[in-house]
Amino acid sequence: MSIFVDDNTKVVYQGLTGSQGRYYGLLNRDYGTNVVGGTNPKKAGTDVDGIPVFANVAEAVRETGANTSCIFIPAPGVKDAVIDAAEGGVEFVVVITEGVPAHDEAWFYNELQRNHPNVRLLGPNCPGIISPGKCNIGITAGHIAKTAVPGAKNVGIVSRSGTLTYQALYELKLQDIGVTTCVGIGGDPVPGTSFIDCLQAFEADAETHAVMMIGEIGGSAEEEAAEFIASSMSKPVSAYIAGQTAPAGKKMGHAGAIVSGGKGTAAAKMEALAAAGVKVGRNPTEAGELMVEIVKGLA
Amino acid sequence: MDLFEYQGKQFFAQFDIPVSPGRAVDDVDDAVAAADEVGYPVVVKAQVQVGGRGKAGGVKLAADAEECRTHAANILGMDIKGHTVKIVWIEHASDIATEYYASFTLDRSAKQYFGMLSAQGGVEIESVADSDPDAISKIHINPVDGLTDEQCRAWVAAAKLDPTVTDQTVDLLAKLYRAYVEGDADLVEINPLIVTPAGKVHALDAKVSLDNNAAFRHEWAEYEATQERDDREEAAHTADLQYVGLDGSVGIIANGAGLAMSTLDVVNQVGGTAANFLDVGGGADAKKFVSALTIIDNDPRVRSIFINIFGGITRGEEVANGIIGALGQIDIKSPIVIRLDGTNADEGRAILEPHLGDKLQMSPTMLDAARTAVALAAK
Repeated sequence: MSIFVDDNTKVVYQGLTGSQGRYYGLLNRDYGTNVVGGTNPKKAGTDVDGIPVFANVAEAVRETGANTSCIFIPAPGVKDAVIDAAEGGVEFVVVITEGVPAHDEAWFYNELQRNHPNVRLLGPNCPGIISPGKCNIGITAGHIAKTAVPGAKNVGIVSRSGTLTYQALYELKLQDIGVTTCVGIGGDPVPGTSFIDCLQAFEADAETHAVMMIGEIGGSAEEEAAEFIASSMSKPVSAYIAGQTAPAGKKMGHAGAIVSGGKGTAAAKMEALAAAGVKVGRNPTEAGELMVEIVKGLA
Repeated sequence: MDLFEYQGKQFFAQFDIPVSPGRAVDDVDDAVAAADEVGYPVVVKAQVQVGGRGKAGGVKLAADAEECRTHAANILGMDIKGHTVKIVWIEHASDIATEYYASFTLDRSAKQYFGMLSAQGGVEIESVADSDPDAISKIHINPVDGLTDEQCRAWVAAAKLDPTVTDQTVDLLAKLYRAYVEGDADLVEINPLIVTPAGKVHALDAKVSLDNNAAFRHEWAEYEATQERDDREEAAHTADLQYVGLDGSVGIIANGAGLAMSTLDVVNQVGGTAANFLDVGGGADAKKFVSALTIIDNDPRVRSIFINIFGGITRGEEVANGIIGALGQIDIKSPIVIRLDGTNADEGRAILEPHLGDKLQMSPTMLDAARTAVALAAK
């Protein structure tokens, strides 16, 4: 099994006609993702390499049965695109776009919570989600991931960082460990899907036996995840927190990766996770090795 | 993007938030002219983006032109914690009866806006939070609803301010909220928010941090032009690279912010120190590596360079070709250690292989590469 996406996921790409949308939309289709359409109000009726383009998400849903949208629209248009997706009737919206204003994110997150509570949002500023062998939505290189093997001890991944997500997938593949789903939640201040949402889903997923979590400095999402793990998770977790040596008050590339006033430090996060029984590695390789130990222990 | 106090006050003024009349100047004669214009007594305030300027002698009261000249001459050019004062803000001195505190920011856990209001202003809000947490009145605001008048009144009542200024405070907070949301700020803070002996509420200070992601819908060129960056950061900004200058001796280049942070961690774990954070992002063109390598190699602190690449969609051989292409165009003083892994790493390593030597080394893992780079930096 997998979380949030599976073989039945049908994806419409908002921004399919743009360079990024086209590039990754076609890559995702090559991987095996069920790419059913794209949107662009000015190019409705045309197609991108055989993929039909619709005026909006509602039309794409009506014509193709799409249940998921992936947004590659430039940052200024993301707010409207998210609402177009939610009103259009999809149940899952993945926003890859980076550089979305924080006030836009805060607004559409809460707007969805209130008026479209059944729509799950992932991102913005995230690499997307991959369930190896089934569905890959976003910018993850699909071949890095090993498909979950039925009956074997498979792992779920949740990460705030893009390249470190790939690193995690790769380390597990080298160790011959399959991945059920890998969710990149993104590094922005208001992520649509949190660590806890993913941990909860992995806990409920029969095929996932352990979870690898990659966090970053800034905010308190990792501390909250630690509380959830301590109180509500039976499955083992390994973790790595990037930014252990980042100086306070400096932005480190991601909108979210900033430490202010001693809050959100890597040390505090690592301590909270360790206290919750999580195996915490000092670098991504160590976290991968700890996961190998965990998986061996399960067998 | 953090604004200077004078820019914060100009920003507030656009939203009709009452601030003291004043002018920003960079020269002593202009300071006196500004003081003559706004009326004595005036406060001469150093404009630096660092706390503790008052203690450092960067804020002085002047009763007349002569005092203003003396203070402006002393403060302009002054060094405050490594920041040179280039601009002073001259404003008419305010009489203060009471000092409050007000701010809006984002509560990332609650995913809603967060307002703080306190009758104990003029001191660091962190110390109030520690010593007397009940003295801070807090509210959460759902961005979909915005700050309603009813909610704002209840918030002001809970803060136990002087009841005679309730209406003025409610009005000012509504404007401050607009500045926060419509102005696309990450933080707006007034400390102190003062009440004058005549009973007027007014912002005596302004701390504003703007969301760079929203720059496309604002005219922020003037704020952008005055950002404080060191030479390395300025060069990186021009080349559109994600760069943060640090104090160590190992220059870092990685593809991805998370991997770059992780590279800093690993260098530290094996006993080294990083000279910078640099994310070259996706793609692999030689031009990007030319810019990145040049900026790092021009940094006198740098003794070795660690390039940490994990191929995803961008394949290993593309990155390897980019690096070799860059090294063909420029001459780099410091030795380079490359770790290349991920998609098509073998093909990439094969391309690097013939170029390896003392100046360019390769290690299979992040930890090994970090050890080599740290050892080279110590030589």
